[in-house]
Amino acid sequence: MDKKMSKQHDTPVNPKRRTTLKGLAGLGLGIFAGGFGIREASAAIKKVTMGFLYVGPRDDYGYNQAHFEGKSAIAKQSWVKAVDQENVPETIAVQKAMESMINLDGAQVIFPTSFGYFDPHILKIAPKYPDVMFLHCGGLYDASKHPKNVGSYFGYIDEAVYVSGIVAGHASKTGKLGYIAAIPIPQVLRNINNFTMAARSVNPKITVQVVFTGGWSNPVKEAESANSLIDQGVDVLTCHVDSPKVVVETAEKRGVYSCGYHADQSKLAPKGFLTGAEWNWSKVYLDYATLISKGTKIPNLVRGGFKEGLVKSSPYGKVVSAKARAHADKVRAQFMKGDFVVYKGPIKDNTGKVVIARGKEYGQTDIWLESMDWLVEGVVGRTKG
Amino acid sequence: MSGDTIDWITVLIAVFGGAIRVGTPFLFVSLGECLTEKSGRINLGLEGNLIMGAMAGYGVAWISGSPWLGVLAAGATGVLLGFVHALLCQQPRVNDIAVGIALMILGTGLAFFLGKPLIQPSAPHLPALHLGDWSDNPALRAALEINVLFIVGVILAPAMAWFFRSTRWGLAIRTVGESDDAARAMGLHVNGVRMLATMAGGFLAGVGGAFLSLYYPGGWSEGLSSGQGLMAVALVIFARWDPVRCLYASLLFGGAGALGPSLQSVGVTWGYYLFNAAPYVLTLALMIAASSTRVRSGMPGSLAAR
Repeated sequence: MDKKMSKQHDTPVNPKRRTTLKGLAGLGLGIFAGGFGIREASAAIKKVTMGFLYVGPRDDYGYNQAHFEGKSAIAKQSWVKAVDQENVPETIAVQKAMESMINLDGAQVIFPTSFGYFDPHILKIAPKYPDVMFLHCGGLYDASKHPKNVGSYFGYIDEAVYVSGIVAGHASKTGKLGYIAAIPIPQVLRNINNFTMAARSVNPKITVQVVFTGGWSNPVKEAESANSLIDQGVDVLTCHVDSPKVVVETAEKRGVYSCGYHADQSKLAPKGFLTGAEWNWSKVYLDYATLISKGTKIPNLVRGGFKEGLVKSSPYGKVVSAKARAHADKVRAQFMKGDFVVYKGPIKDNTGKVVIARGKEYGQTDIWLESMDWLVEGVVGRTKG
Repeated sequence: MSGDTIDWITVLIAVFGGAIRVGTPFLFVSLGECLTEKSGRINLGLEGNLIMGAMAGYGVAWISGSPWLGVLAAGATGVLLGFVHALLCQQPRVNDIAVGIALMILGTGLAFFLGKPLIQPSAPHLPALHLGDWSDNPALRAALEINVLFIVGVILAPAMAWFFRSTRWGLAIRTVGESDDAARAMGLHVNGVRMLATMAGGFLAGVGGAFLSLYYPGGWSEGLSSGQGLMAVALVIFARWDPVRCLYASLLFGGAGALGPSLQSVGVTWGYYLFNAAPYVLTLALMIAASSTRVRSGMPGSLAAR
């Protein structure tokens, strides 16, 4: 049914109207849906309908909450209708959820926010709905291989992690920082390396102890890792797991500092929270919505860090010293200008091998950085279990 | 990767502390399962009880402001699920394993559904006893922060062993578990005894859930349980249906869970996938060991008969 309908309308028509018709024909919702469709179409032609899918709960103090906050921010605009669904597993369930958002809610653009939604799910559904845009959060999109109505957006959150590292470096008295990470994939390693290099730019004696828990969400292991690291004299903890809640709360309970990740966790640790690296999805989503309402073509690839407004730092905690604030603000300003290069040689990995030679540097967008499989000098940990 | 002695002592302390912290939910679920299995029925649904208990306990503690009311609520939720299990299983030709799996899925799903508004709020936590205040070592002090529920569990294990061995009710449960016919001949109400044992077992599993949400790691989230309820069932077999051995086995499992993180935090960076998998490897090994006939010696007769 859907395929046939799409072929009949090769010329661009009001996408709103079309999807409504599709939903009507396909699901036989009858008078109610028909009336709804007409009212909407005549009231505001430029109204934008966006659909969001999260792999976990909306309020996990982490990855999914960051997306939900982005969605909530744009939903406040009178001309945006934002629908969402949480806890959508990376299975055929996400295909069904996407189709229902398109057919029932008339979504013109779909944001499947989890890494595993892309292949095969988005790739399977996108060709069926050529007028709907599918924008995936993550780095899997390849213009040469994938459909035109698919795209991707992602932020260089490691810039914000670098700023956290500066603050952590100033705060630590023992010179031992702890990083609780899920699994050693490039994005995680890059965050750990940025954090470490930033902290060591403050105090070259600092070491960062890494614990890999082996999964994105394992509260007991995260708590156990936090306790073990604190027992070892670590006095600043940060993490890269789906929900940093347990790590931040455990740090607070044991009286050490913590840096957040994904979303703002400052409320969880009023005493020891320093700052954190956050996504700023509301900016990205609002940009997309504006483009759609104007009828402009959406770019297939959106990337950016501080400068483009895709990432931000959590507000500083009370304990952050004036000196640390000034240093962190300075580095952030350099990122904003776009002339700060983190991966500038000479850089050694933690086995002593030179990975970036003197005089060589890799800018933020360099693709080489996206296949990172090493840990920088100063990290205690290994990329292979 | 330095192997100084101090590091190894901290690993030992971490494993010891972890055994207590991570082991407590195992202890409660395995004691509950032990009680239920002694009466001749297997309740695989205790994972559901654990998660429902964690959710309900957290919710009630948050609303009422009292973590102990939360523990009670968690137990009551467990009783309710135990009641449903027993009620279904006493119908003719109903398989207790299948009912258990159904209740596990029901409990998990229901807890996720009802627990939505509980992810953000912070409920009061259960208090801990600071038994390590005499020590200067912060690691030891942290390890000796022991929750009251653990102490309750430690007392409960020998008490339950005594209950099975030396009381009329204990004898009734064992008889029902050994042979329906013998129990009926003694004038015991087989289904009634099993219902009570399943409900009491459900209570304990629910309390185990409250420990997860109200003490360690604390907070309600959908990833809170990583199969502790199911592993505890395996643990009962390992413990040969002996409550005191359940205590040892729980501590062993808890310590195994703490091993991965603590080894990495002292700088043993190799093999973390292996160490992280330690509790699961242990479960598997125990299952293989348990399939030998020797282990079955402690098994209640009506379980062995199938």
